[in-house]
Amino acid sequence: MPRIVVDVMPKPEILDPQGKAIVGALPRLGFTAFSSVRQGKRFELTVDGEVTEEILAQARNAAETLLSNPVIEDVVNVEVVEA
Amino acid sequence: MTELPLIGEAVAVTANPRLAGARIGVVTFPGTLDDRDAARAVRLAGATPVELWHADTTLGDVDAVVIPGGFSYGDYLRAGAIARFAPLMSRIIDAANSDAKLPVLGICNGFQILTESHLLPGSMIKNDHLKFMCRDQVLRVENNSTAWTSDYAAGQEITVPLKNQDGQYIADEKVLDALEAEGRVVFRYVGFNPNGSRRDIAGISNAAGNVVGLMPHPEHAVEAGFGPETGLSGSAGNGGSDTDGLGFFTSVLNKIVGGAK
Repeated sequence: MPRIVVDVMPKPEILDPQGKAIVGALPRLGFTAFSSVRQGKRFELTVDGEVTEEILAQARNAAETLLSNPVIEDVVNVEVVEA
Repeated sequence: MTELPLIGEAVAVTANPRLAGARIGVVTFPGTLDDRDAARAVRLAGATPVELWHADTTLGDVDAVVIPGGFSYGDYLRAGAIARFAPLMSRIIDAANSDAKLPVLGICNGFQILTESHLLPGSMIKNDHLKFMCRDQVLRVENNSTAWTSDYAAGQEITVPLKNQDGQYIADEKVLDALEAEGRVVFRYVGFNPNGSRRDIAGISNAAGNVVGLMPHPEHAVEAGFGPETGLSGSAGNGGSDTDGLGFFTSVLNKIVGGAK
């Protein structure tokens, strides 16, 4: 079953407390190479059958209207992943 | 054995049949917490609360709507994001934008729902200190010409409880400048900014002033003895009342019944 993957990230200027907490925890475990972490969201939309252009357009529309809030987030990727 | 109620019956401060005729809807979503307190505040102000359910497809005969606090849909996706698409919300958005300009008040999660609905600009993100915070908060009424603030004096300082995790109000500089220029910053935090909100903004309104949203909870400060400890929080200039939130509900009542004050 093909899936459409939608990736949403907090806008660069928006505080990302989850990323901040993670970057604080990494060095405590010896992972010292990372100066910053941003945490986003990945949505997987399963499609029964073929992913047509129309369905992909629906996914892009859903990404902009429900899956993300344009005030605080960017949709950074919408792609089809075959099962 | 007769169980004594923890608190008494909600009795209107002034029983007035004209006010009681005013019907104020209180919306309940799955995960709403403060609907009963909001309904109680409506009753204490003298009006009749009307229970509204998120799945209702009609708004019914209400003169105003309160969207109370809580965690609608568990705050899944984003606070308010799923509630915004509930059938009843479409009716509320239409009524708020109509010529009739239905008064709508969003408290806490209700404020988040109003921004997700685009009835109000900006958004709320996690508090800058990353913790849930519960305190009695002093606010300044910056605009007393909205449907929900006319019973306050301009510049009046009031104390109401604040309790949230995603309370940091943000918008881009252009939007913030426009809000300030148009007098749409309705409440500002005084003395302490509890969540990092831009320009100490605690609440805003739409251009027409019928839609107001704020993070603190006026519905928890409507009954003497059960409101904030104003002696401790140092509410300046308002005589230290612990019923400072009641003005929201009496304000909208005055608007509905046409200046019965």
